[in-house]
Amino acid sequence: MKSDGEIVRFDNVGLRYGTESEVLSDIDFTLFAGRFYFLTGASGAGKTSLLKLLYLAQRPSRGAIRMFGNDVITLKRDRLPAYRRRLGVVFQDFRLVGHLSAFDNVALPLRLAGLREADLRQPVADMLDWVGLGNRSDARPATLSGGEQQRVAIARAVIARPELLVADEPTGNVDPDMALRLLRLFEALNRLGTTVVVATHDLHLLRRVPDSLIMRLDRGRLADPTGALRYPPRGPIGRTQR
Amino acid sequence: MFKQRPFRGAASFGARRGAHLLPNARLGGPMPWVIAIMVALTTLAAGAALALTHVANSARSELAGGATVQIVNADDAARDSQAEQVVHALSSMPGITQVERVPQRKIASLIEPWLGSQTGSDGVPLPALIDVRLSGGADGARLTRIRQALHRIAPDARIDPQAEWLKPVFRALDALRWLALSLIALLAFTSAAAVWLAARHALDTNRETIEIVHHLGGNDTQIAQIFQRSVLSDALLGSFLGVALGASAIGILSARFAALDSGLAGTGALGLSDWLVISLVPAGAVLLALSTARLTVLAKLGKML
Repeated sequence: MKSDGEIVRFDNVGLRYGTESEVLSDIDFTLFAGRFYFLTGASGAGKTSLLKLLYLAQRPSRGAIRMFGNDVITLKRDRLPAYRRRLGVVFQDFRLVGHLSAFDNVALPLRLAGLREADLRQPVADMLDWVGLGNRSDARPATLSGGEQQRVAIARAVIARPELLVADEPTGNVDPDMALRLLRLFEALNRLGTTVVVATHDLHLLRRVPDSLIMRLDRGRLADPTGALRYPPRGPIGRTQR
Repeated sequence: MFKQRPFRGAASFGARRGAHLLPNARLGGPMPWVIAIMVALTTLAAGAALALTHVANSARSELAGGATVQIVNADDAARDSQAEQVVHALSSMPGITQVERVPQRKIASLIEPWLGSQTGSDGVPLPALIDVRLSGGADGARLTRIRQALHRIAPDARIDPQAEWLKPVFRALDALRWLALSLIALLAFTSAAAVWLAARHALDTNRETIEIVHHLGGNDTQIAQIFQRSVLSDALLGSFLGVALGASAIGILSARFAALDSGLAGTGALGLSDWLVISLVPAGAVLLALSTARLTVLAKLGKML
């Protein structure tokens, strides 16, 4: 059942790889449309695994996940692409296509979605300008620095204006000024209605988005918030913690 | 910058864009040559099957209404007398379209390579042979009726359907035809297996890009279409080379057999309709390569999330 504004819902989700012990246990949360979330936690806490579940790269070992009002665990494989096209993902390792230029990497989601070449040239060029790579649009990823690759990855994730943006350490390789600039990009997207989930170690970043909600992972479990951290979101849009 | 895009839904990539996205989707390497060899061999086998079919059909239709009457009598006068009466009797029977006695000289010359020139009245006695054509085939019941009728006027006459003598030849021709068809099936299977292996290898080479395409919302059909387009160019090139090679070989063999000036070999010549059938070989090879590549890619992608 989809409640008002609910975009993602995890119920009692657990994840294990092979026969290892669970890397995520008893995960319960709801993401609401148009909100900005930070996911924090120490290295190895399970942030990337949780994000993998969010961007449908992994199915959980147990529990239920609903996304855009549908159960995505029992969803047939051939229906997954339609859901993935509603997501934008910034991978921790960027996952750019090595033999494509920065322009072609950013244009890829639009081409996969069937946008005409004439309609995508200007938006892709604008997006590359915005992330400061307008003059490197023909460059292959191997010739770009780590920070530049990260910006290409971010541009690719947001170009199709996804309903849910999932970013894994998106500012890890850029200088503070660029980190702030990228955060503004996420906020701009968020103001247009995109739900944003950013996994980060950078606690300074959390303070830059005052209305953000914070989820903290601790050894594979969502920890109760302390102090200023608010999870689950209180108030009219939140759901009661069980 | 964040304008709503007029998406058309998942679309297939253009040939250039697809090749650009998955540059290693081509089967490449020796694959066009493998396809060329398979198509050349299939073309030859198809040509052989068609030629053998013509030879068998031609011989069958020629011999279907044929029967031979032999009059075996060492006495030349008695044999000739019986032969004349048989020719006369057969000519007036209903359902018999042609009766022709084979001249003794011709019989002697036919068996000369085996028995030498000492045959006929001076040496080994020869039977009289009468070639008979029946309308509607020489079946057992008709031959029995004729045999009974001839027995009264020529007790030394024996009548046999000509097709009976050539049954082993027909069986051999049929076996060869089935062999050619089996060869075609085997070559098709081998070609499909080669494409299957090459497509799996190409898929593994592109695995990382395919995973990214999946994460960005690309579907299996879009990826499979990129592979199909790449395989198409390899298959077209290989098929063209193969059919050219095979057709040339058939042309040379046809000329050699025609030069034999043998009645049986001459009936195996290929006509326009045969060449049309042979032209289906490269088309079939391209379709087989495309469908194999598509099924291989889709089956492998189906195992990815």
